[in-house]
Amino acid sequence: MEDMIFYDRLQFAFTITFHYIFPQLTMGLSLMIVYFKWKFLRNKIEKYNNAAKFFMKIFAVNFTMGVITGIPMEFQFGTNWAKFSELTGGIIGQTLAMEGTFSFFLESSFLALFIFGEKLMGQKLHFLTGFLVFLGSWGSGYFILATNAWMQHPVGYEILDNGTYVLENFSALFKNPWLLPTFLHNQMASLITSAFVVASIGAFYILRNKNKEYGKLFLKTGVVFGFTASVLVAFPTGDWNAKNVAKYQPASFAAMEGIFETEPKGAEIVLIGQPNMVEKKLDNKIAVPNILSFLTYQEWDRQILGMDKFKKEELPDNIPALYYAYHIMVGLGTIFIGIMGLSAFFLWRKKLYTIKPLLWGIMFLVPFPYIANLTGWYVAELGRQPYLVYGLLKTSDGISPTVSSGNTLFTLLGFVALYMLLGLLFLVLVGKTIHQGPKPQKH
Amino acid sequence: MELFWYIIIATILTVFFILDGYDFGAGIIHLFFAKKEKDKEVITKSAGLFWDSNEVWLVAAGGTLFMAFPTFYASVFSGFYLPLIIVLWLIIFRAMGLEFRGQFSYQMWKDIWDKSFGISSLLLAFFFGVALGNIVRGVNLGAVENGVSVHEGHFFFLPLWNSDFSPLNETPGVIDWFTIIIGLISVVVLAIHGANWIVLKTKSSINEKLKTIVFRLNIVLLLLTILSVIVWLNINPNAFSNFVERPYLFVFPLVYLSGLIGLFFIKRLEKDIYSFILSTLLIIGGITASLASLFPVILPSTNNVNESLTIYNTAASEYGLSVALNWGIIGFILLFVYMIIQKRLMGGKIDDMDYGH
Ligand code: HDD
Ligand code: HEM
Ligand code: HEM
Repeated sequence: MEDMIFYDRLQFAFTITFHYIFPQLTMGLSLMIVYFKWKFLRNKIEKYNNAAKFFMKIFAVNFTMGVITGIPMEFQFGTNWAKFSELTGGIIGQTLAMEGTFSFFLESSFLALFIFGEKLMGQKLHFLTGFLVFLGSWGSGYFILATNAWMQHPVGYEILDNGTYVLENFSALFKNPWLLPTFLHNQMASLITSAFVVASIGAFYILRNKNKEYGKLFLKTGVVFGFTASVLVAFPTGDWNAKNVAKYQPASFAAMEGIFETEPKGAEIVLIGQPNMVEKKLDNKIAVPNILSFLTYQEWDRQILGMDKFKKEELPDNIPALYYAYHIMVGLGTIFIGIMGLSAFFLWRKKLYTIKPLLWGIMFLVPFPYIANLTGWYVAELGRQPYLVYGLLKTSDGISPTVSSGNTLFTLLGFVALYMLLGLLFLVLVGKTIHQGPKPQKH
Repeated sequence: MELFWYIIIATILTVFFILDGYDFGAGIIHLFFAKKEKDKEVITKSAGLFWDSNEVWLVAAGGTLFMAFPTFYASVFSGFYLPLIIVLWLIIFRAMGLEFRGQFSYQMWKDIWDKSFGISSLLLAFFFGVALGNIVRGVNLGAVENGVSVHEGHFFFLPLWNSDFSPLNETPGVIDWFTIIIGLISVVVLAIHGANWIVLKTKSSINEKLKTIVFRLNIVLLLLTILSVIVWLNINPNAFSNFVERPYLFVFPLVYLSGLIGLFFIKRLEKDIYSFILSTLLIIGGITASLASLFPVILPSTNNVNESLTIYNTAASEYGLSVALNWGIIGFILLFVYMIIQKRLMGGKIDDMDYGH
C-alpha cells in the first residue's frame, strides 16, 4: 500500500513537472506574440510582424509538446487516481471538461490558422486568430487552476453518505477565493518565463552580432515585459497568495515559512536556514523579527501558529522540500526584480545593448524562471499534503485500488525514457529555429 | 439527463474517430503503400495539418466522461491501466512522427519519423478496436475469484492477455481472439477511411491505386464483419436482444451496412467526397451499433456477483449534470463552429500549402 502511493505520487509529480515546462511558455508567449502583432497593425513596420511569426514557430513546437504531455495528465486522473476521480469527478470533472471544450479547441484550431492563414485572411483577421490563441491558452490555465483551487480549498460541494462529493453550487467553483490570486500569480509567472526567453534570444543575437535589429527588439520587449511581470508576481499577487495560505492552510504556511515553534507575539521572517527535522529547529538561521506578522496581517505583534501547534497527521509530509521550494521561489523572484530592474534602468539610459556582462547574464538566466515556476508548484502541491482535497480527502485514499505498484513503476520508467527523448528533440528543434532566426529585414 | 450526456459523449467520441480516424488511416496507408518521397510528404501533411485539432475531441471526450460518469471513468481507466498507458505512448510517437519529419531534410531522419508515424497509427487503430471489443465483451468487475469480490464491485484490473487468449475465461484479458477480430476490423475501416481522405485531400500519385486498395480492403472487411458477428453470437447468444426488443435500433447497423455496400462501388462514384462519406458511415455505424447492442449497460460484468456498469449507476449527480448542460450546449456549438471554420479555410487539396517550416 505505502509503495503504491509512493509510485503514484512520483509518476504524477514527474509527468506534471515535465508537462508544465511547456504551458508556462505557451501562455506567456501567446500574449507577447499578440503584442508584436498589435504593434505591427499600428505602425506597419515589417519587423514586428516577422517577430510575431518567428515566435509563433517556437510557440508551435512548444504547443505540440504541451499537447502530447497534457493528454497523459488527463488520463492519469483515471488511471492512477481512480478513487479520487470516482469521488470528486462530479466536481472537478466540470472544470476539466470545460477546459477541454472551450480552451483547447480555441487554441489548437486557431493556432493552425495563425500559422498557415496569413495570406488568406488579411492582417486584421490574422491578429484576431492570434488573439484567440492567446485567449485559449489563458482559458486553459484558468480552468485548470479552478480545478486545482478546488483541491486546495474545496467549496460548493456536498458529501453523500457513501463518501462521494457532489456539486451543490456551480458558480462557487469560480468564486473560490483561492482561484483569482493563484490565477493572476501563475499568469504573471508564466509571463516572466516568456519574457526571459524573448530577452535571452535577443541578447544572444546581439552578442553573436547576428540579426542585430531583431536582437534589440527582442531584448527591449523582453526586459519591459520581464520587469513588469517580476514586480507583479511578488506584489500584489505573491503576497496575496501567501495571505491565502496563512488563512486557509495554516499548517502548510508554518511549514513553508519554517516556523517550528509558535512565538508568543510577532513572528520573524526567515531569510536563510536549513530545517532540522530531528531537533525540530532551523540550523544557521538568519531571520528578521516581526516582519512575517506584518507582511501577513499588517500587524507587527500578530501571533502566527508554528508547526508545534498542529498534529503530525495534519502537517505536510515533506517539510524540508516544502520549505526549500518556497525559499527558492521567493529568492529567485527577488533576483528577477533585481536583474530586470537593472536592465530596465540601462534600457532607459540607452546603454543596455552595450553592457556585455548584463547581456551574458540575461542570456544564461533562462532556466531560472522555469525553476521558479516549478518550485512554486511544489510549494502548492507539497503544501496540500497529506490531503488530496484539503482537509477532506487524504492522498492515500485517492489512488487506484487495483493498479499494483509494479505496474506503476513500469509505466513511470516508460514515461521517463520517452520524455527524455522528447526533451532532447525539443531542444534541437528550438535551437534550430533560433539559429535560423527571423526573416532579415527588407530595406 | 444521464441519457442526454451519454448521447453527447458518444457523439464526441464518434466525431473523434471520424476525424482522427482519417489520420490514423493515412498513417496505415503511408506505412504500406507510399513509396515515393513526394507521396510520403503529402500524406504526412494531410494528417499533420489536422491531427492536433482532431485530438482535441479525445480530450473533450475524456473531460466530459470524467464529469458525467465519474465512476465509469475511474473504473475503466484504472482497469485498463496498461493498454491505456501504451496508447498514450503511441499517441506521443505518432505526434512526433508528424511534427518532426519535416524539420530536417536528411533521408534517415525522415525514415525514422515515417516509421514512427506509420507504426504507431497502425497500432493505435488496432488498440482502439480492441478497446471497443473489450467494452462489448465485458470484464470481471470486482475481480471476482471463487464467487468473492476482491475489490469494490466497480473496480477491476485486466491483464494484457491470459494464457488461452479466450474471451470465455472468467477473467478475460485485454487481448483475446474476439477483441483481436474487432481490432482488425478497426484497422481495416480506418485504413479505408484514411485512403479516402488521401484521395480527397491530395494529388498524390497513388490516388488511383488507392481506390483499388479500398475495394480489396472492403472485401476483407465484409468477411471480418461476418466472422465477428458469428463469433459474437457464439460467445453471447443474447447479444442482439436489444435490437429484437427495440427494432428501431436497427438503424445503426444499417448505417454500417450502407457504408460497406456503398464502398464496393467506389470506382463509379463521381466525387471523392462521396467515398469519404461512405467510410464515415462505417465508423458511425460501427460505433453506434456496438453501443446500442449494450445500452443502457456501458461495461458488462462477466461474473454473476457484481452488476454491470450502466449509465445510471455510474453517473454524477443530477444537479451537476444539469448545470453542465448549460455550458455544454454553448461549448458543443462552439466546437462545431471552430471545426467548420477550420475545415473551410483549409479546404481543397493541400499539396501546395505551406507546412509552416
Ligand atoms: C517565476 C515564477 C515565480 C516567482 C518569481 C514567484 N512565484 Fe509564487 N508561485 C509561482 C511562481 C512564482 C507558481 C508556480 O506559479 C505558483 C504555484 C501555484 C500558483 O498558482 O503559482 C506559485 C505559488 C505561490 C504561493 C502559493 C502556494 C500554495 O498554493 O500553497 C505563494 C504563497 C507564492 N507563490 C508566493 C510568492 C511570493 C511571495 C513571491 C515573491 C517574490 C513569489 N511567489 C514569486
Ligand atoms: C503545473 C504545475 C504543477 C506541478 C509542478 C505539480 C506538482 C505536483 C507534485 C510534485 C505532486 C506530488 C506531491 C507529493 O508527492 O507530495 C503533485 C500531486 C498532484 N497534483 Fe499537482 N502539480 C501541478 C499542478 C496541478 C494541477 C493544476 C492539478 C489539478 C488540476 C494537480 C493535481 C495533482 C494531483 C491530483 C496530485 C496527486 C495527488 C497528490 O500527491 O497529492 N496538480 N503535483
Ligand atoms: C493536473 C494538471 C493538468 C492536466 C490534467 C493538464 C491537461 C492538459 C491536456 C490534456 C493538454 C493537451 C490539450 C490539447 O490536446 O490541446 C494540456 C495542454 C495544456 N495545459 Fe495542461 N494540464 C495540467 C496542468 C496544467 C497547468 C497547471 C497549466 C497552467 C496553468 C496547464 C496549461 C495548459 C495549456 C496552456 C495547454 C495547451 C498546450 C500548451 O499550451 O502547451 N496545464 N494540458
